[in-house]
Amino acid sequence: MGLEKLNNLYRDLLLDYANHPKHAKLLPDASRELTLHNTTCGDSLHLTAVIKDQTIAQIGYQAAGCTISQASASIMSEAVLGKKTSEAQRMTLAFSKMTLGEELSPQEQDLLGDATLLSGVAQFPARIKCATMAWKAIYQLVEECQEDKHE
Amino acid sequence: MDRTWNNCRNDFPLLQEKVNDEPLVYLDNAATTQKPRSVIQASTDFYEHFNANIYRGVHTLSQRATAAYEAVRREAAEFIGAKSSAEIVFTKGTTDSLNMVAFGWALHRLGPGDEIAVSPAEHHSNLVPWQQVAKLTGAHLVYLPLADDGQLDLGLARVLIDDRTKLVALAQVTNVLGTIVPIKEVAKIAHQHGAKIVVDGAQAAGHLPVDVQDLDADFYAFSGHKMLAQTGVGVLYGKYDLLEQLTPFEFGGEMIDSVGLDEATFKEPPLKFEAGTQNISGVLSLGAAINYLLAIGQEEIARREQELTQDLLKQLTGLSGVTVYGPKIGTPRGPIVSFNLDGVHPHDLATALDLQGIAIRAGHHCAQPLLAWLGCSATARASLALYNNEEDLAALVKGVENAKEFFAHGLGKIE
Repeated sequence: MGLEKLNNLYRDLLLDYANHPKHAKLLPDASRELTLHNTTCGDSLHLTAVIKDQTIAQIGYQAAGCTISQASASIMSEAVLGKKTSEAQRMTLAFSKMTLGEELSPQEQDLLGDATLLSGVAQFPARIKCATMAWKAIYQLVEECQEDKHE
Repeated sequence: MDRTWNNCRNDFPLLQEKVNDEPLVYLDNAATTQKPRSVIQASTDFYEHFNANIYRGVHTLSQRATAAYEAVRREAAEFIGAKSSAEIVFTKGTTDSLNMVAFGWALHRLGPGDEIAVSPAEHHSNLVPWQQVAKLTGAHLVYLPLADDGQLDLGLARVLIDDRTKLVALAQVTNVLGTIVPIKEVAKIAHQHGAKIVVDGAQAAGHLPVDVQDLDADFYAFSGHKMLAQTGVGVLYGKYDLLEQLTPFEFGGEMIDSVGLDEATFKEPPLKFEAGTQNISGVLSLGAAINYLLAIGQEEIARREQELTQDLLKQLTGLSGVTVYGPKIGTPRGPIVSFNLDGVHPHDLATALDLQGIAIRAGHHCAQPLLAWLGCSATARASLALYNNEEDLAALVKGVENAKEFFAHGLGKIE
């Protein structure tokens, strides 16, 4: 084996997301924000969003980290923009399932869209956290938002 | 020329493994080293032939286990040049040893206005305990600055260590840049001001000859698993009068002298610090590791590793797009080289190397203040041991070139 297996992980479109990140800018008037760190490697993600009527109306982030974490943040932000918060959470669960190497239903695949580009990460256990950080962030951000509403 | 060094490789069963279908090139020795057969055998022998609890039994096996355990205390004392084996406390490792000094000694002796001097190059294990002590006692942490190449600035250390300083805590070899800290000189400065010096020897022991009396270290901590022994065992050396001042932070069986209903008295050091049943097989593996290292010779190991490290520095520095951190080529350093490849995050590089069978570390290396000092969030780090050879270095250089090609021109082009 050599580097050919890398192609499963770093696909062209994925590198494109990492090199030309979408929404990689903090929102000045965000209604919600959250910072996550990957303590084992020092990667970090600062996520900001405007959530209105349970919809993710705007999203922006600042990320420091590897190609996988950068691409994942870019894909996630593009994928959840304009979606209902509940759908963003369902997407996180489907994404998490995918990174564990479990089979996705056609509906789940549709739900994830370009995020399925990261399915190769399942073969690289040490890199799963890099891919899931962005999704974990949106999930937590939505969760905090819902908790506040219930108060 | 290095026939004997290559023969050493046969002593390490794991080096014969394949990783991702490639022969293993193990360059993550600063994280943990591989183990020679004699070390693995030491644990096995114990469990197969004389497993028993130490000190507690009159029966033969217990006596045999006790004798073997105490023999390692003497070997460890000789290994680091301690005055007596009573100055050797067995611990879980460097972190445990340093925490014993922090919470058993510093916590009881420091107060507001006192200072603890550290450097920005410390591993978190030689920093976070001192932050906690500072918080609890009102003492201040003072950072001894690094020169541009990452080496401790001894001139500034001379200015900053003064009568307010009660403790200086430094690594002998730093774990990201591999710089060798002039402990002997710093100890002299500390002692002139009545301060004590505690040395984190995790990256030094087993790589350089260590002589705690020559260094005049007050405390010296090291781990077994970074010098060929198994995990979960290490040593705290302390000058005996300081060990007498040290308060145990684990209480229980075997550390007591006598126990009444409300009070207990404790044994003398070092047994006072070894509460509960100890990691006997770990200690025996440490003894086997020490014997393995001494059979080759500490000076010889240091020379060999220095030669390989300088060679690696030269080769990596020669690659375009590679930034190597720390002292320049020719400056002696521990067998540790941190570097980055332009435009490729170290995690991506580490994954690309892993697929070629090459194990390195990528990340902040438990030294976030140093990474901040370097101005980057992560580096790749290759670290060597006595069994690495020229082929390992060539494989790493080739591996980095392949990764560079892959990430620069992408995908699908490498077959």
